[in-house]
Amino acid sequence: MAEDRLKVEKERILDRNTLILLGVLLVAVVVVDFFANDHVRTIANLCGIYVTLGLSMQLINGFTGLFSLGHAGFMAIGAYTVAILTISPANKEMNYFLEPIVPFLADVEWSFLPALIMGGILAAIFGFLIGAPVLRLTDDYLAIATLGFAEIIRVVFTNTQSLTNGALGLKAIPKFSTILWSWIVAFLSIVFMVYLIRGSYGKAFIAIKEDEIAARSMGINLFKHKVMSFTFSSFMAGIAGGLMATHLGTIDPNMFRIALTFNIILIMVLGGIGNINGTVISAIIVTAFMEILRFLDSSIDLGFIKLPGIPGMRMVIFSIILMLVVIVRKDRLLKEN
Amino acid sequence: MTLVEFMQHLANGVSLGSLYALIAIGYTMVYGILRLINFAHGDIFMLGAYLTYYAIVFTSMPWYVAFALAAAITGLVGFLLEKIAYKPLRDAQRITVLISAIGASFFLQNFATVVFGGRPKAFPIPSIMNKIINIGGVSINLITFIIPVIGLGLLAGLTYIIYKTKTGMAMRALSKDYDTARLMGINVDRIISITFFIGSFLAAVGGIMWGIKYPQLMPLMGSMPGIKCFIAAVIGGIGNISGAVLGGFILGLGEILLVAFLPGLTGYRDAFAFILLIIILLVKPTGLLGEKVTEKV
Repeated sequence: MAEDRLKVEKERILDRNTLILLGVLLVAVVVVDFFANDHVRTIANLCGIYVTLGLSMQLINGFTGLFSLGHAGFMAIGAYTVAILTISPANKEMNYFLEPIVPFLADVEWSFLPALIMGGILAAIFGFLIGAPVLRLTDDYLAIATLGFAEIIRVVFTNTQSLTNGALGLKAIPKFSTILWSWIVAFLSIVFMVYLIRGSYGKAFIAIKEDEIAARSMGINLFKHKVMSFTFSSFMAGIAGGLMATHLGTIDPNMFRIALTFNIILIMVLGGIGNINGTVISAIIVTAFMEILRFLDSSIDLGFIKLPGIPGMRMVIFSIILMLVVIVRKDRLLKEN
Repeated sequence: MTLVEFMQHLANGVSLGSLYALIAIGYTMVYGILRLINFAHGDIFMLGAYLTYYAIVFTSMPWYVAFALAAAITGLVGFLLEKIAYKPLRDAQRITVLISAIGASFFLQNFATVVFGGRPKAFPIPSIMNKIINIGGVSINLITFIIPVIGLGLLAGLTYIIYKTKTGMAMRALSKDYDTARLMGINVDRIISITFFIGSFLAAVGGIMWGIKYPQLMPLMGSMPGIKCFIAAVIGGIGNISGAVLGGFILGLGEILLVAFLPGLTGYRDAFAFILLIIILLVKPTGLLGEKVTEKV
């Protein structure tokens, strides 16, 4: 037994479970894309986006142990970048009727992929700029400061009328996002995360989560790794935000409230903190579940009795689940599965 | 800006500041003992305002009875919140408790949307408070004066509890050193329950006065003031009650005067608190009156 444990195992980077998961998902995505109806396809598309979001939250919170609540802000940056870059000049004129858009963006019309990447890069740049000062803080202070930045981004977007069209939001965003796009991004995120976490950077991230002081005395540059994790995570959130914008077709600053970040936290917590496969599955389940629970908000006709729908009931159930999971799984919540 | 206008803004800032201070105290007391950001505190504040609304509109109680009753019930809700959402996690890691707090806040907001309805409700202001008074050319709503007076009165009461009673002594001991205090025979659960009750009671009073000042109730009305008051607590030095009061006044006055002097920045009013927070965290992370804590290996 002891020898078995001592023997250095030749580790495959993508282990069997991950490969199985990727295979099953690939088949499922192809099947849904070819055979399912529009409603299911919309949900499947959203699932792909939430997989990316869940993994990006997992990277900063689950692996590096930095409790960041800024996701909605980075998603907003990605979403607005993609929207502004891809809306056609004619539609821009229609959108910005209160105040014309700043001249240098008025005639811009990029194709989807460069715009999406630009969205990710801008989110990453902001992540870097915000992370550099803020990541000196720990735990709760970090949580509240990142939350603060996300709110600042939202307030700024609400007020920059000639850049983001303020509270009116942007409409007529070309609907580029398909199941294919969001799942390609999701697959790339899964593979990227697996390689990152199994590599030396990932080891450093986990060491920082386990014990900062010990990690520092082992020669890990805390600041560099924290900023790196934060920047990568922001990049992924920006990309997912961009996909979300082209999936929905309209965005406004109020979409990017803290409630959005909470959804992603629920995905992370259900998936098991620090668990990539679990996050992928929980992202799909939570997203699908949120759609299924919509029946609670609309009225139900049971034939003999008609139950009136209760708007908001869906979110009540949703928050109860979040709390139950946390309380029931409190000890296993933060351990790597 | 004339002197008269300035005095009006100042009075407004002081009354907003004392509201912030009342709510910030709840955050700072809980944080001092449990090291937990009680994210649901802002929603407790919302609940206080709504309960008062229902007590006044649907019963024939006089307003002062309704106010006291609603504040007491809100205090009990705070007590239950701790028992349900935080007590089972007493020994868990801090991030776990923080996630539970977020869940609790989310629950209260959505529960309020379901039960109270998403449409804004007009807060029934007792007619005795709805007067405009005129002092040397400065016309000010009476409530602008009442709020700081009630706020200071409650603060005096709280100071008495914390520094002159045994319960208060136990609270101070717990926030100084949790484990040692426990060994000294302090009933931790009881003290934490009392802390939550007092904090929620003060938040409810804050919510009621907020309702009189800005008479529009919405299920999400607690979320922004909640976060801002936590910021006020951090600015003053979290865990420190005079710090929370100082932070509340800085934030309230700052917000009102910012809008008064630079009307162009009105839209950025909500961002002011966050910018102040980030500056404080970077310059003096322990807050203005906080003590420095060194980390032991």
